[in-house]
Amino acid sequence: MSYLPYAVAAWLFIVGLYGVISSRNLIHLVICVGVIQSSSYVLLLSIGYRAGRVAPIFADIPANTLAVDPIVQALMLTDIVVEVTVIALLLSLAVQIHKRHGTLNPDRLMKVSG
Amino acid sequence: MLPVFPVVLPLFAAALLAALTKLVSQRLSQGIAIAATLATLGIESYLLHASAEQPIVYWFGNWLPRHGIALGISFTVDPIGAGLGTFASVLTLAALVFSSKYFDAAGNHFHALLLAFLAAMCGFCLSGDMFNMFVFFELMSAAAFALCGYKTEDPGSLQGSLNFAVTNTIGAYFVLSGIGLLYARTGALNMAQMGRALGAGPLDSLVLIGFVFIVCGYLIKAAVVPFHFWLADAHAVAPTPICILFSGVMVEMGLFALARIYWDVFNHALHPHLAGLRTLFVTIGVVTAFIGAFMCYLQRNVKRLLAFSTISHIGLMTIGVGLFTPEGLAGAAVYTLGHGAVKAGLFLVAGILLHRFESVDEFDLYAKGRRQRWTAAVFFAGGIALCGLPFSGLAAGDDLVHAAAAATGFNWVRLISLFAGAVTSAAVLRAGGRIFFGWGPAGDQSSAPKHEEKPETERGHDHTPATMFVPAAALVAAGLLVGLTPNLKPAASTAAMQFENTNAYATRVLDAQPAPAPLPPRPAPTEIFSGLLTVLGAITIAAVHLFSDRARDISAAIAKPLQLLHQIHSGHVGDYVAFLTFGMACFGLLCAYCFR
Repeated sequence: MSYLPYAVAAWLFIVGLYGVISSRNLIHLVICVGVIQSSSYVLLLSIGYRAGRVAPIFADIPANTLAVDPIVQALMLTDIVVEVTVIALLLSLAVQIHKRHGTLNPDRLMKVSG
Repeated sequence: MLPVFPVVLPLFAAALLAALTKLVSQRLSQGIAIAATLATLGIESYLLHASAEQPIVYWFGNWLPRHGIALGISFTVDPIGAGLGTFASVLTLAALVFSSKYFDAAGNHFHALLLAFLAAMCGFCLSGDMFNMFVFFELMSAAAFALCGYKTEDPGSLQGSLNFAVTNTIGAYFVLSGIGLLYARTGALNMAQMGRALGAGPLDSLVLIGFVFIVCGYLIKAAVVPFHFWLADAHAVAPTPICILFSGVMVEMGLFALARIYWDVFNHALHPHLAGLRTLFVTIGVVTAFIGAFMCYLQRNVKRLLAFSTISHIGLMTIGVGLFTPEGLAGAAVYTLGHGAVKAGLFLVAGILLHRFESVDEFDLYAKGRRQRWTAAVFFAGGIALCGLPFSGLAAGDDLVHAAAAATGFNWVRLISLFAGAVTSAAVLRAGGRIFFGWGPAGDQSSAPKHEEKPETERGHDHTPATMFVPAAALVAAGLLVGLTPNLKPAASTAAMQFENTNAYATRVLDAQPAPAPLPPRPAPTEIFSGLLTVLGAITIAAVHLFSDRARDISAAIAKPLQLLHQIHSGHVGDYVAFLTFGMACFGLLCAYCFR
């Protein structure tokens, strides 16, 4: 049992957050949100992974073969579907913002504040 | 089968409207949306009625649990969840009626998005499965982001929507990571089963981190300080009919999730540390109530003012939920009804002002509303109701929360609600006095800078259509009258007792055993005196602000240091995420301290 995948997940989470906080470009910012998202993929997959076990497809293997946990994989797939929607929406907002504000730099968007 | 319809029906109607967007006229599309919402409302109210004795458990595809192990995915209907779903349908209906003169050229996507939003909220309230809750949470968020940025021609709208979307999406990753960690410990996603497994295991750092991640994720949605920054931006720019859903029910969903997660999943594991958690959440609630109230008073944009007032009231609801007693939760639930209806009515009045005068700025609108007698009546009634006028819905919620606070040694909580209620309500009355009567001076430099708002309607600016006025008046009236409903407080307390009985919930879900009948609730006294005191305080603050030059100078001097608060609310998404990260780190450390 290796701790490496968990360390990778934590690292991705932290650099993603750092990227969002310090970003000067909305496209870059949305991609950083995607990096945080990847961290949850790594986390979910590493929770379900067991060294030496097979993929959970029981078409031509005995039903009692030890397999990796399919539930977290299903969670991850669902998560991908959900998050693609959100990332697409965020990117389209960024495109619209570029149209209306003429900039992608969040430092220069100061229409709402206070 | 019935519990799935509040999700399936609006989703199906939304898909239909989205597919037929080119073929169906605006009017027909609205008719379909209203019909679907009415049907959802009917089913939700039936579920509310039917689940009063026993939670209703529905397993998708009939995958029943075996030997106490959940194999399938469940919907677990209880009165608190069904009640919140019913309330969401009522507000959606009001939003649909109000928006009939809106978006004349905007196509039918608005109705489809609104129905998807409703379906997600209903699913979120009814779900008994942790991951399903996350999926509905995300669907709710995605629909909300799109609705918030619906006026794409308005630059402010896009920025507010982006801030909202980025912070809440990060919140969703917190929730998902937390769910993953808890799954690693419990091997379950059904909340009842997770609760049992966590109760049997040790309370170690894994459970702690899972708790912190999930709770922080949902608290971002609930907009408590310091996760609240997105709320004011989103409310200030979202179309007015959407504001009523955001303020009235979506934010409260975050607190509902907190209650659900604590009582169904973490109660066994965290029960020994309840006193510490109580202090932590009451503190969060108090800070939120104060900051919301201050910021509310400093605003001149009416929609932004109402948004910060929502933050302040969310603080009071957080105290109710965070006391972790049946009365506290019942109080927060009743408070949600009273506050949601009144705040929705006030937002709709702001929408009427925007429609008539193309502005929501307190000083732009100075004395412009002199002829709007009925609109003014609704606005002032809402303003008074907002501070907990005795016998209104908010006051009934306050009574329960105060009783719960007194029982757990937080007697001073009533002072907080007095202060927050008076200040937020005074801000509304002050704005109303300026707009509808032209009281006070015409200009003021002490408030926040002006924000341009694009008009939302295309024509008919010379009159207020009934479809706008009636929902506003009806919602404010409902918020006032709901407190008079006999049996409201005992019924809410019984429902909350049922909600908080972790063992009965688990045996009901996993072993299909009937839950025991809850004990009769303790009566919560009606506090007429403190309610009247709050009203008096609100009127005094507003009157002094409007009519006394000296007092205005003093308040300007007090407002100077509060400018720092203004600067913190910078509208910069990076700043918001930095605060969010900081808030989560603090929350985690405090939890670790509580659980040591």
